Amino acid sequence: MLSRLGLPLSLLLLAALASLIIALGVGSAQISPAQIWDVALGHIGQGGGDALARTMVMELRLPRALSAFAVGGLLAVAGALMQVLLRNPLADPYVLGLSGGASIGALAAMLGGLGGLAISGSAFGGALFSTFLVFGLAHGSGSWTPSRLLLTGVVVAAGWGAVITLMLALSPAERLPGMLYWLMGDLSYARTPWPPLLLLLATCVVLIPLGRSLNVLARGPQQAAALGVAVRPLEWCIYVAASLLTAAAVTTAGSIGFVGLVVPHMLRLLLGNDQRLILPACALAGGTLLVLADTLARTMIAPEQLPVGVITALLGVPTFLFLLYRSR
Amino acid sequence: MSVLATRDLIIDVPERAGGMPLNLVIEPGQVWGVLGPNGAGKTTLLHTLAGLHAPRSGSVQLNDSVLGHLRRRHIAQRLGVVFQDRQDGFPATVLETALIGRHPYLSPWQMEGADDYARAEAALERLDVAHLRDRLVSTLSGGERQRVAIATVLTQAPNLWLADEPTNHLDLHHQSAVMALMAEQAAKGQAVIMCLHDLNLAARWCDHILLLYPNGEACWGPRDSMLVPSALESLYRQKLAVVEVDGAPVFVPIKG
Repeated sequence: MLSRLGLPLSLLLLAALASLIIALGVGSAQISPAQIWDVALGHIGQGGGDALARTMVMELRLPRALSAFAVGGLLAVAGALMQVLLRNPLADPYVLGLSGGASIGALAAMLGGLGGLAISGSAFGGALFSTFLVFGLAHGSGSWTPSRLLLTGVVVAAGWGAVITLMLALSPAERLPGMLYWLMGDLSYARTPWPPLLLLLATCVVLIPLGRSLNVLARGPQQAAALGVAVRPLEWCIYVAASLLTAAAVTTAGSIGFVGLVVPHMLRLLLGNDQRLILPACALAGGTLLVLADTLARTMIAPEQLPVGVITALLGVPTFLFLLYRSR
Repeated sequence: MSVLATRDLIIDVPERAGGMPLNLVIEPGQVWGVLGPNGAGKTTLLHTLAGLHAPRSGSVQLNDSVLGHLRRRHIAQRLGVVFQDRQDGFPATVLETALIGRHPYLSPWQMEGADDYARAEAALERLDVAHLRDRLVSTLSGGERQRVAIATVLTQAPNLWLADEPTNHLDLHHQSAVMALMAEQAAKGQAVIMCLHDLNLAARWCDHILLLYPNGEACWGPRDSMLVPSALESLYRQKLAVVEVDGAPVFVPIKG
């Protein structure tokens, strides 16, 4: 029983470590795995490691790679949760208009000439505002249903899309590149990787005991209630958790598409639908995917950088279509 | 001690003004059949008894505790529901589906153990679907899915079965096998309440009958006092002919 969970997770963990080593080694100056090892040892023990390699790894590449890992993991876990909540395997973390709200917040801060922390804070506020708006509207006078939540989210997202276009049209030209990069997802905004990384870890620990309840919930609310699941509190919990995870991810790196849709879906096709396996697997695979995508984004046309969202979409769309085509 | 009792229960059927308060007492070992035309509220009644639907007034008591005060997990250890329709959002195998019947008994950190697997496999065997254990439920026929759903509740092993048309989609042999399973559960001291459309299955396998009329009127009691042709004719607004076969009445609709 444990090996059923253990084997896929160990393989994914190895892939995650490999992706981090690649991300640390590749760039304007190549650093070999041996050097990375030296740096790691040097950092723990005394001296050792060459100073430049050490600065590059510890201060530039490692924080960025860890941020990418955290954001990818958060998005994939949020996507998997949204899919269970809406009982729709094609839902994604942005489906409820959350990234639109975050984008409005971030763009407004940029338009106001604010930087750094203010952009992040404003994006987080926008994401939460959008979450509550959608939930409040979908709840209405009666109770909400997945289809009603989905429709409200899609329509609110479309509304945010129009506002974003309007803001871009009205923005002064010199601010446009920054805004466009933010909209397409960009990890160079990421500062410290620890808050999203800790959030990811905490979420996984909290979700594992809920895994079997989520499995039952995926079979419909009535069946779940008949099997002893307190459906409404669990749905609330998933909704709030998925929103927080997405908001944290969007705040760290802008809106990065397809990770939250493609990663859970691919893992479901490969590993089945046990949420106890899928959720930690999503954290690892989503993180790995985004670390690799970000490494590509900063090396493909170096010294220029591409928005990482473009890479995830370019990788994600064909993979997804291929899997969907094969699965018929 | 009764398994389930209702006190002045009025079920909440949309656009129905009132209805007769139900004071049912279900004892261990009894098999109840709920009969009524389409839209009479059979499913609503069953969901109300399961605590999945709030009653308009009155209360339901499970083992002498008010259902609304119990936790869902606690309820699920005593009462199992076979639903009339099922949605499958995500693909799952037959064995995985039966295994979720163990959910109410496992703690959050616990994985299903050998005993849980053994129960699920025995239930699949009992319902004649063990050979399908690794198939995806979405690829099964309607009757096979119905049997998997019943196997899930058998894995759950409740004291009280609430089954909404358990013979739906089943062929003749499996209809009779499922009814025999229900009777066997009752003989072991559990209680069964099921909604049925087939009067003849009710006449053969149920010992108590509840007749539910579209206007909310109801009457209930031992089978022989309920399965009276005149009462059934007014219930379904259908003329019936009755013959006796194998010691049980058989009702046949007649023209006119």
